[in-house]
Amino acid sequence: MVRYVANKFFYMLLSLLILISATFFLMKAIPGDPFQAEKKVSAEMKARLMEQYGLDKPLYVQYFKYLGDITTGDFGISMKKLNQDVSKIISDTFQTSLKLGLVAIVIAVVVGVLLGMLAALYHRKLIDNVAMILAVLGMAVPSFVFASLLQYYLAEKAGWFNVIGFDKPLDYVLPVIALSAQPIAFIARLTRSSMLEVLHADYIKTAKAKGLNWFTIMFKHVIRNGILPVVTYVGPMTANIITGSVVIEQIFGIGGIGKVFVESITNRDYTLIMGVTIFYGVILMVARFITDIAYVMIDPRIKLSGGKEG
Amino acid sequence: MNKKRLLSMLALILIVSTVLAACGSNNNREGGASNGAGKPAKAKEQVLHINMSAEPPTFDPGLAQDSQANTALKLMYEGLVRLDDTGKEVPAAAESWEISPDGLQYIFKLRKDAVWSNGDPVTANDFVFAWQRVLDPTTTPAPPYAYQLGYIKNANAYNAKEITDFSQVGIKATDDHTLEVTLENPTPYFLGLTSFYTYFPVHASVKNNAAWATDYKSMITNGAFNLTNWTTGQKLEYTKNDKYWDKDNIKLSKIESSLVTSGAAELSSYKSGQLDYAGAPNGEIPSDSIPTMKKNLPNEFAVKGIASTYFYEFNVTAKPFDNVKIRKAFSMAISRQDLVDKVTLGGQIPAFGFVAPGIKGVKDEFRTEYKDNFFQENYEEAKKLLAEGMAEEGYTTLPEVTLIYNSSESHKKVALAIADMWKNNLGVEVKTENLEWGVFLENRQNLNYQIARAGWTADFNDPMSFVDMWKTGAGNNDSGFSNAEYDQLVKDAMTSQDNAVRMEKMAAAEKILIQDEQVLMPLYYYTNVSLTKGNVKGISVNYSGAIDFSRAYIE
Repeated sequence: MVRYVANKFFYMLLSLLILISATFFLMKAIPGDPFQAEKKVSAEMKARLMEQYGLDKPLYVQYFKYLGDITTGDFGISMKKLNQDVSKIISDTFQTSLKLGLVAIVIAVVVGVLLGMLAALYHRKLIDNVAMILAVLGMAVPSFVFASLLQYYLAEKAGWFNVIGFDKPLDYVLPVIALSAQPIAFIARLTRSSMLEVLHADYIKTAKAKGLNWFTIMFKHVIRNGILPVVTYVGPMTANIITGSVVIEQIFGIGGIGKVFVESITNRDYTLIMGVTIFYGVILMVARFITDIAYVMIDPRIKLSGGKEG
Repeated sequence: MNKKRLLSMLALILIVSTVLAACGSNNNREGGASNGAGKPAKAKEQVLHINMSAEPPTFDPGLAQDSQANTALKLMYEGLVRLDDTGKEVPAAAESWEISPDGLQYIFKLRKDAVWSNGDPVTANDFVFAWQRVLDPTTTPAPPYAYQLGYIKNANAYNAKEITDFSQVGIKATDDHTLEVTLENPTPYFLGLTSFYTYFPVHASVKNNAAWATDYKSMITNGAFNLTNWTTGQKLEYTKNDKYWDKDNIKLSKIESSLVTSGAAELSSYKSGQLDYAGAPNGEIPSDSIPTMKKNLPNEFAVKGIASTYFYEFNVTAKPFDNVKIRKAFSMAISRQDLVDKVTLGGQIPAFGFVAPGIKGVKDEFRTEYKDNFFQENYEEAKKLLAEGMAEEGYTTLPEVTLIYNSSESHKKVALAIADMWKNNLGVEVKTENLEWGVFLENRQNLNYQIARAGWTADFNDPMSFVDMWKTGAGNNDSGFSNAEYDQLVKDAMTSQDNAVRMEKMAAAEKILIQDEQVLMPLYYYTNVSLTKGNVKGISVNYSGAIDFSRAYIE
């Protein structure tokens, strides 16, 4: 087990290094620089700026300097949001994304599991059909379409919510619905199928035959076993929701990290692009790492040795 | 199996606790809703809600260089003069000024009751400090708009390290409330320039603190409003500054700005009553929605001409546009009226010159004194010119032509419409290619294009802001155009003291640029399209479209 974890950890660090290097060189390969504007900055002024930000040095020097800086935790200052610390921009905006993301995750798990359970218990009945139609819709409609529809009908037309902004608790409703729709659909389907499997298992029949009451059967046997697949899905989903709210943040004007990421690329804000990429990379890899370990703990069939696990 | 049980128990706990948490937040939501129900009282509150499509990259007046920062800094700071809604310079930090007869020396008398937000008096030394900081070649990061101060004697030389002694630069504080400025050339628009943000004063305490403008708590400002909240990428909040000398004329108690990029979301927010103002210059109303807004909200919808020109420039060093007849043919073969009526829809004015309306001339507007009748649209003439041009170059078929523009829905519509007109009216197939902003600029600035989309906004209220950029080798001359006669006319205009002579020279230069050489094909003069709620008054927009919310109020 320890060897397995160490192995996974090593690969995680290696992936991170590859990510950093690839992003660094690809980013520098895009035409343009952070000091471009419609009204051109004079050649001398640009040279002065390039020197001040160390962009006049050869690429490999910049690369190793950057690697050196980040090992000491120094992500530099933004080149477009003048003099602002990259780490501070990330921590400020990530808090916003995290607040939105966590609420969405909680809603996704609760609603998804409930919907899936109901569908399984009322298999092939009206509730099941309705729940599954909702699930298919949720999977099929892209979140940005859903977000725009919600914004138009519930905020602009009906006036129940603010169209943009993220201050009051009520402002969470629309972005959270838009963000959690897809995971809800996925979790509902997952829960339904695994619950159905469990409901038909022999040990449930035995339990029924023993004359156990319905609640005991449900809570002690069905839900506990039926929910396992959801647990393994929660890890990757968390990472996806927290990092994947780029579009939703744009639509509702939420100052999250996704919005910053998009802007940083347009601005060629090198330090900020690197900072956010590394941050995203770490979150995704850690989530993946935890999921890998969780798999092993839950399902002993996954091999521990040889690193051939899926 | 044990582990499995543990995990499933954990999952169960998670679910139960989230159900409880969800209930909790439901209660909060209801609380929020009932707070929201008390909204009617808010109508009388002097709070203005606006949107900016991007966060200002900086709140440091010395480093700023964009229109978002312009709007924000106008609220937070005050220069020597201020422009009122007619564009006239009125006293601000300076209560009076004298200009020497040769137009080279300005003496500003600062008001004694002006203070910074920390209570310190605003003195002439604060201006000297701010201007020196902008010009100082060691300032980090280098202020890209240092050239805005280039009219001051020796300012450019000091910035370029040709001289190191700041006392040789024409900026002096003769006492705490007297600022003496000496210019390089007589510059009739200099007084107006001192209302621009690069000229704003900065409190000397920021000297060794590079991060002072990154946190609203450490900003020391002298304007009508203080920045009192800033949530990165989401919200800005300005509160009335009770220490401001003219606070009796400031009626708003607060200005709140959301930071949404999408024009559709901004409009939607305006319609739902969340915003009091939407549209240019800090946001955008999608052109598709303009006709409906005009029809449905005639009292809130406004179109205002601004001193900006939308044009396509030719690379005069690349085939086939190294031939002037071919350039003229392309420029004549379109209908600008159709373009603004059917495509851009924002009441833009068809352009046949480069200097936009709204720019001052001798007595009236420059564009009124010198008409932009440099050429006429004429498809037959265009075809004839194209044939002649092709014959001169020995083409039997025209080389392939590509028009580049930066990715944006509105630029795309214009490009497709123009390409279509060329096809129908001139019989020429032109490829259109959209490029991401940074890539686009790189290509255009390196003359790696044939025809490119461009736009130009006046920096100051004088035709010089338009003609200066086409000098040989000028930083923004991306066309490869170089003409000795043109350069001489611009130089003469720059050094002349007589305003009528200056205008004459600049008009002659513009004639070379458009009528003789057709370096660019003007398309239209921009307009600002905006929506303002009926009860909001006192918003002022100047000639260039820059907006000032500081004197606004809610009825």
